[in-house]
Amino acid sequence: MSLDQFPAGPQPSDLVKDDRVKTPMYEDPALFDAEMEKIFGKCWVWVGHESEVPGKGNFKLSWVGTQPVIISRDRKNDLHVFVNRCRHRSATVCEVKKGKTSSFQCPYHGWGYGLDGSLRAIPYTEGYSTDFDKGNYGLKKLKVETFEGMIFASFNMDVEPLEDFLGNAKPWIKLFMKQGGGFPIKTLGEHQFKVPMNWKIQLENTTDAYHFPIVHKSFMQSLDGEATEQFSFLDDNDGWVEDLGNGHSVMVMMPELNDLDDEPDRPIPARFEELAETLRKDYDEDQVRRIVRAVGGCGFNLNLFPNAACSLSFFRILRPVSVEETEIRHIALGMEGGPEAANQMRMRLHEHFQGPMGFGSPDDAEVWERVQRGTKGDETIDIMVNRGLGLEETSENGLPKGDVSAETGMRAAYKMWKKVMEQ
Amino acid sequence: MKDIAVSSDVTLQQVTEFLWKEADLLDARDYDAWLALWAEGGHYVIPIEKDGDDFANMLNIAYDDGTMREMRVRRFQQGFSISSAPPADSVRTLSRFVIDAVEGDTVTVRAAQHVIEDKFGRQRMFAANVSWVLKITDEGLMIRDKVVRLLNSDGMLTSISYLF
Repeated sequence: MSLDQFPAGPQPSDLVKDDRVKTPMYEDPALFDAEMEKIFGKCWVWVGHESEVPGKGNFKLSWVGTQPVIISRDRKNDLHVFVNRCRHRSATVCEVKKGKTSSFQCPYHGWGYGLDGSLRAIPYTEGYSTDFDKGNYGLKKLKVETFEGMIFASFNMDVEPLEDFLGNAKPWIKLFMKQGGGFPIKTLGEHQFKVPMNWKIQLENTTDAYHFPIVHKSFMQSLDGEATEQFSFLDDNDGWVEDLGNGHSVMVMMPELNDLDDEPDRPIPARFEELAETLRKDYDEDQVRRIVRAVGGCGFNLNLFPNAACSLSFFRILRPVSVEETEIRHIALGMEGGPEAANQMRMRLHEHFQGPMGFGSPDDAEVWERVQRGTKGDETIDIMVNRGLGLEETSENGLPKGDVSAETGMRAAYKMWKKVMEQ
Repeated sequence: MKDIAVSSDVTLQQVTEFLWKEADLLDARDYDAWLALWAEGGHYVIPIEKDGDDFANMLNIAYDDGTMREMRVRRFQQGFSISSAPPADSVRTLSRFVIDAVEGDTVTVRAAQHVIEDKFGRQRMFAANVSWVLKITDEGLMIRDKVVRLLNSDGMLTSISYLF
């Protein structure tokens, strides 16, 4: 399907205003199709982390919008992303989620593809005439670039360089990766769950501090006093949320945890004291403090348009399935070659909040679903994203910056949405 | 096939009755009574990975020691968690019980479990292979460890507002 023109009905500038968005944004199937083409079909989309394909021959299944793709590392260590669809009669060439291989073979008629996606062999070639050129039938490739270990792909071969797209988000990504504590970051596993909601409800939520003390009260009650204090960022006056351009934004909840290398002599929180004691057997005090700080994670959510977030201590990835259906992945991160006790604690902290049975995510999923259900009521009522408007300052990037609970990040994402959809 | 009644003092009937009682408490969300079924030192685990049992070194859906189990129950009970206030209603069936081992005061048993939940007028189904390590005590059987292996544990789940 090609959408040379925007679907009939409300246009992007009607759907997104400075302070609100219109209800069809969450429920119009034609709009969803247009988004898949104009946003997920053209922008850079997060597909994976390099630690998921660490060596030659490693592969991982992923998605770009609604399309299944394979991330593959070839024998020269180059990364490739291609559509998981045989060029013959369209069967998927891989249904193993992750692993190591020397080739991808279609199960239907045996067409074999190399790790770079090129068509290598087909059975019974005599059935094709001499002008059949295997070079024309490689798996459909996407453009691939990486930044700080994160792999992005785009269907648009003329897309701007990834680093230009990430722009002001880059320093925040570098800060986020400091939670390796001196070790390379690796993925430790992931929680996956589906929510009956439009994907933009999740996109908004990553920069929504306003909901935290309400929706996550039961999580807060399960923390010790020190951690409760840390998560009471709505009562502090030091956090902020800022538009980083290109639809990206950062919500700083605990500024003291922005740069984990700052103030290395900061006291170790009581809840990490036992871990510190374990680490002292193998590491000197400086390393122990560095690792313990890294285990606690960063103090901000970085929202990357359109589908990824570096959220406190994990990757939050969204995948639009249909206009009212979205899949969420919460990918846990740890330290490659780091102490087992530290990685265990990272996983336990992740399990505590995230995933289908975490103390936080199910409550998020519930309110997101309630948003989708609520939009069935009078669709002439708008969805407001005006919190903080009129109170914002200008950041050093020359962009809006509001208090931590401001809806500045949502406005940033919708500004980009409108720009991309109008192209 | 092991003849349980002969090899130990615990019978399949006793084990089954105990696990059905547990299932009944969970469907009724009588979580304090459920917590009281637990012996100390073990874990309630819902793994993500299909293989492996080194749960401490794996990311799980739940990996609860006694403290976490208690916190999880308090979260359900205090009424501040929107997803569990009210939770989905559930009906579960346990069947295909197999006692794998009886050693001293420890019984290793597994079963098939189907849970159907209902909320917002829609129903969802979870199938699982469940295994328990039970302790034989003077007060009767208690749970030391419980591992719930959801059939789709490494796939796309949905949020879950009750216990398996």
